Amino acid sequence: MSLIIDSVTKRFVRFPALNGASLTAPQGAFVALVGPSGSGKTTLLRILGGLEEADSGSVRFADLNWLSMPARERKAGFVFQQYALFKHMTVAENIAFGLKVRPRRDRPSRGDIRGRVRELLGLVQLEDLGPRYPSQLSGGQRQRVALARALAIEPRMLLLDEPFGALDAKVRKELRVWLRHIHDQAGVTSIFVTHDQDEAFAVADLVAVMNAGRIEQYGAPADVRRDPKTKFVADFLSA
Amino acid sequence: MTAKFENPTQDPVALRLVLSVVAIGFVALFLVLPLLIVFKEALADGLGKAFNAIIEPDALSSVRVSLLAAGIAVPLNTLFGISAAWAVAKHDFPGKTILVTLIDLPFSVSPVVSGLIYVLVFGLQGWFGSYLLDHDVHILFALPGIVLATIFVTFPFVARELIPLMVDQGRDEEEAAISLGASGFSTFCRVTLPNIKWGLLYAVLLCNARALGEFGAVSVVSGHIRGQTNTMPLHVELLYNNYDYVGAFAVAALLALLALLTLVFKSILEWRYADQLAAMHRH
Repeated sequence: MSLIIDSVTKRFVRFPALNGASLTAPQGAFVALVGPSGSGKTTLLRILGGLEEADSGSVRFADLNWLSMPARERKAGFVFQQYALFKHMTVAENIAFGLKVRPRRDRPSRGDIRGRVRELLGLVQLEDLGPRYPSQLSGGQRQRVALARALAIEPRMLLLDEPFGALDAKVRKELRVWLRHIHDQAGVTSIFVTHDQDEAFAVADLVAVMNAGRIEQYGAPADVRRDPKTKFVADFLSA
Repeated sequence: MTAKFENPTQDPVALRLVLSVVAIGFVALFLVLPLLIVFKEALADGLGKAFNAIIEPDALSSVRVSLLAAGIAVPLNTLFGISAAWAVAKHDFPGKTILVTLIDLPFSVSPVVSGLIYVLVFGLQGWFGSYLLDHDVHILFALPGIVLATIFVTFPFVARELIPLMVDQGRDEEEAAISLGASGFSTFCRVTLPNIKWGLLYAVLLCNARALGEFGAVSVVSGHIRGQTNTMPLHVELLYNNYDYVGAFAVAALLALLALLTLVFKSILEWRYADQLAAMHRH
């Protein structure tokens, strides 16, 4: 049931985004992809989410040939930096979306959906905000709604693309502790992209330091910090 | 002594006054006044005369032709406009810039020229002229020609309005919907369409107004057959040239009334859905 990413490459028209990225993570791990902008971390995340297609390489997850599955069948909850909430839907409708679009035979009843939404609103501590529209919420609240929406589909994998990038430092710190808590409760495998190394090292079980489309070093935060394998990693950590 | 504070973003009173007078004066002179004159002339000999001019068979026929042409052209161009905007804004493909340029073509070509293109293609001496004659298919000087010309002229309205809107909205919400398990169709109906519905409504109203009012291109292909291929604008011209001023202005007033109705309709919708509109604009 582990995640095995094997030499995934991706070229955009002008530049290579990923030059053979490989890593493995056990089921339920919290993995942070960290590195400067343009290092390929978001591209790798989007490939895992099925929003981008890899040129070569393979990914196995839960014994599935992950990259051959269409995005909508992967059940990968994706959380975007700019929230990407549906503006024209209330908070509750946003959270219910993934359940409502299921084919009829898999779709929970209206009552069940309502119950699930209430439960998730509780989980992200926004009990009373169900009838509001996203535009009426603060940034931190919006990102919590986005997380609840991703969790509603009971994801196999949670993919977070700089989820706290647009928030101020104080809220970021609160949310990352809380995110880790949610991750542990949900028991999913989470991949978390950030350019903030403090954030990555504080919250993750495993950290992949990326540079120029490659994973420079991958391991437990303490090991990476104690023993940087390349000059880039050493420089990055001391920055 | 009381200090006098001025709002830093507020212009001096005199400037505001001048700008307002210029704007209002311009609108009154070039928009409201002509419209009033159309109605005044239409009612010059009383309501009864104007009414008779409208329910006269040739006039009714022109109304029917116009509504039919718009009724076919507007839905088709709406469908096309949505597909084109969706393709351009949410996908990358070779030839995208060429498509965008081509969409603008009817705006840059004179309507008369676009009408002539159809004469060239479907006319007796045209490419398909003899074929069409042999098979007894009437496109020129018949309803199909009018519909084609109307489609051509109103082609860009919906696409032009939606492309910048959809580009501006990006692909985030669609990507979120797909990752949550929605199919492409479901994503379009539940996410893309609701996000563009106001722009779409506006574009359809504009497209409709233009389809009803188109003169140049339709004039070339219609053949001006009274009671058969005259649209409302063509009928207005015909009456006017025959010195039937009351008739001409009565039909013109009806045309103007249809345009005003669409405006009223739009305002009612905006008023009714003010909350939703506000929610869409704030981020």
